[in-house]
Amino acid sequence: MSAGIDLDNVCCDFGSFRAVDHVNVSIKPGEFFSFLGPSGCGKTTILRMISGFTDPSSGVIRIGDKDMKGQRPNQRPTALIFQNLALFPLMPIWENISFGLEVRGVGKTERRAKAEELLRLVDLPGAADKMVSQLSGGQKQRVAIARALAVEPSVMLLDEPLSALDLKLRQHMRAELRAIQKRTGVTFIYITHDQGEALAMSDRVGVMSQGKLQQVADPRDIYNNPSNGFVASFVGENNIFAGTVGAVADGMARFDTAHGTFRARVNTTSGKDLKLYVRPEHTIISSFPGAENSLPATVTDVAFEGNFISVHAVSDSGATLMAELRNDGSSAIPVTGEKLHMSFAAERASILPDGLTRGE
Amino acid sequence: MDDLLRRYGPTLTGAFMLLTAFWLLMLVILPNITLFEASFRPYLPVVDVGGPKDFYSFNNYGKFFANSTDTDIFGMNIPLPIHVKIFFGTIYYSTLVTVITFVVAYPLAFYLAKVVSPKSLPTLFLLLFVPLWVSEVLRSFAWWIILALKGPLNAILLGTGILDQPVRWIMGYRAIIIGLVYTYVLFMVFPIYNAIQSLDTNQIEAAQDLGSPWWRTHLRVILPHAKPGIASGSVMVFMLSAGSLLVPALLGSPTSLWFTQTIQQWMLESQDWNTGAAYSFLFLILCTCFVSLVMWVFKVQLTDIAK
Ligand SMILES: Nc1ncnc2c1ncn2[C@@H]1O[C@H](COP(=O)(O)OP(=O)(O)O)[C@@H](O)[C@H]1O
Ligand SMILES: [Mg+2]
Repeated sequence: MSAGIDLDNVCCDFGSFRAVDHVNVSIKPGEFFSFLGPSGCGKTTILRMISGFTDPSSGVIRIGDKDMKGQRPNQRPTALIFQNLALFPLMPIWENISFGLEVRGVGKTERRAKAEELLRLVDLPGAADKMVSQLSGGQKQRVAIARALAVEPSVMLLDEPLSALDLKLRQHMRAELRAIQKRTGVTFIYITHDQGEALAMSDRVGVMSQGKLQQVADPRDIYNNPSNGFVASFVGENNIFAGTVGAVADGMARFDTAHGTFRARVNTTSGKDLKLYVRPEHTIISSFPGAENSLPATVTDVAFEGNFISVHAVSDSGATLMAELRNDGSSAIPVTGEKLHMSFAAERASILPDGLTRGE
Repeated sequence: MDDLLRRYGPTLTGAFMLLTAFWLLMLVILPNITLFEASFRPYLPVVDVGGPKDFYSFNNYGKFFANSTDTDIFGMNIPLPIHVKIFFGTIYYSTLVTVITFVVAYPLAFYLAKVVSPKSLPTLFLLLFVPLWVSEVLRSFAWWIILALKGPLNAILLGTGILDQPVRWIMGYRAIIIGLVYTYVLFMVFPIYNAIQSLDTNQIEAAQDLGSPWWRTHLRVILPHAKPGIASGSVMVFMLSAGSLLVPALLGSPTSLWFTQTIQQWMLESQDWNTGAAYSFLFLILCTCFVSLVMWVFKVQLTDIAK
């Protein structure tokens, strides 16, 4: 059984500080939804409001269409996985996992059986009688997931659960978590500051900054069609040009900058601080000038990253630029000091306003 | 040690060591050895000391088991030496004091450690410590006044209609229990406070999140974590209560007898230091045995307490 969650104009104030600012989002039953944002943007606060440990200052939180106002954490159909896991060190693993069942008055043999079953689900059979201190980081992670699943929650809330693991294990656990979510069909709300994690795992991502939800969309849209400059910068690299919008036609606009006049996609010409954003992998390197949006430049650095090669350059007009080449032998790799032309397709470039800021 | 040397130099460090050694040897070890030796010798007029009557024996310890009287224990009449009876009474009421102290201290310690905002914590600690600025004698006297038949406590209870008859508080062991709980409650609060304070608040929230009501969270998560603190608090309160002389002397009634009072009688009233010393050591050994037994029952290790 999974349930949807609605956040309706939710705010959370700590004194005069607004940690969460008018958040509106509707999460579907069975969805894998991520909140992505830098540290301190209010992600944990949102999770604590959904699980009932913090009360919203205003706004409504509904789980499965039921208003959660006044519901204590132990009355909500949610299970929270804490950033530090918060396993009970004085109980053996199986008691940890079945603690939620013990609370519900389930008998000991049944609890034990359920714990064993969940340990198999999280791929940790035979750990039932160990103590928490005997497990590795990744194993503790699995126990925390099993403990949360044991109470058959409608919603699982995960607060940066993989941040303490090393890279290899993190990538493995991503796939694992995703698989567990698909198998159980429980709604997952996942918090992370790692954009790769959010894009790879989620059905939809909500990007946050300064307590405000900046954009909610599926991972491709977040990356390809960011709604503002904050989202564009947070989920990837960009070449950025400041300037003013000229004539607009069919969603394309002229953009006048100190480095020349470009053409790019535009959604809104309102909003402050409009800038042009284009991704390095969409920036083309050539020995000839491009048909449009082209800049003559000099290579300043070539960094070999393994699967791609990152080319840093400075245009004759003084703009720093970056391009990425795939390491597949299809293109010649420039050398430092080489003169070349950098260009980008108008369809790949967007004119975006700045991100929303606190209190706006 | 190296740390001390580096910080204070060899002269000062040497002085510290000598002073500590002097304190340990002259003020702790030697008096105890003297008493221990004396406890095996008879109490004699000065002229006989060192004479033929002065030999080592367990006679002083034997006095503990003299003078049997019939005592009613759970409806059975069992002959029990009077001093053994006083000893068990002291153990029993000290245990009671320890339990009551725990019941009072645990909620207070939890409140201080996890509920109060860190900003108001110093004020609350100050409030807890203020009574300690007054000497123990005065505080016990204050309780004697408060608990008197026509004292303020009865006046309040009668005035608010909670009671319709004044209670004779200073009767049997009642006032001693109240006085001891009051005097030693902080020795229970602080170890438990320390223990609970070191518990990750996320664990309490995790239990709640899994649906646990408050009492189960305490029983399964907070109490087990606080166990070493509870153990050290209990040992301290028990030993201090059992060894207290002032409170039983001031707040006792004609029917209350504390073992320390018996020792005092031997030493001061009978002037028999030898028997007094024997009783002191017997008391120390028996109390230690009792505490070890209770710790064994509750599966507490000595290293837990030292933490
Ligand atoms: N209990 C609190 N009291 C005061 N400020 C808080 C409290 N909890 C969080 N904050 C503040 O709210 C902001 C958001 O915090 P948090 O939700 O933990 O961010 P994130 O999880 O995104 O890193 C931070 O600036 C933090 O300092
Ligand atoms: Mg956080």
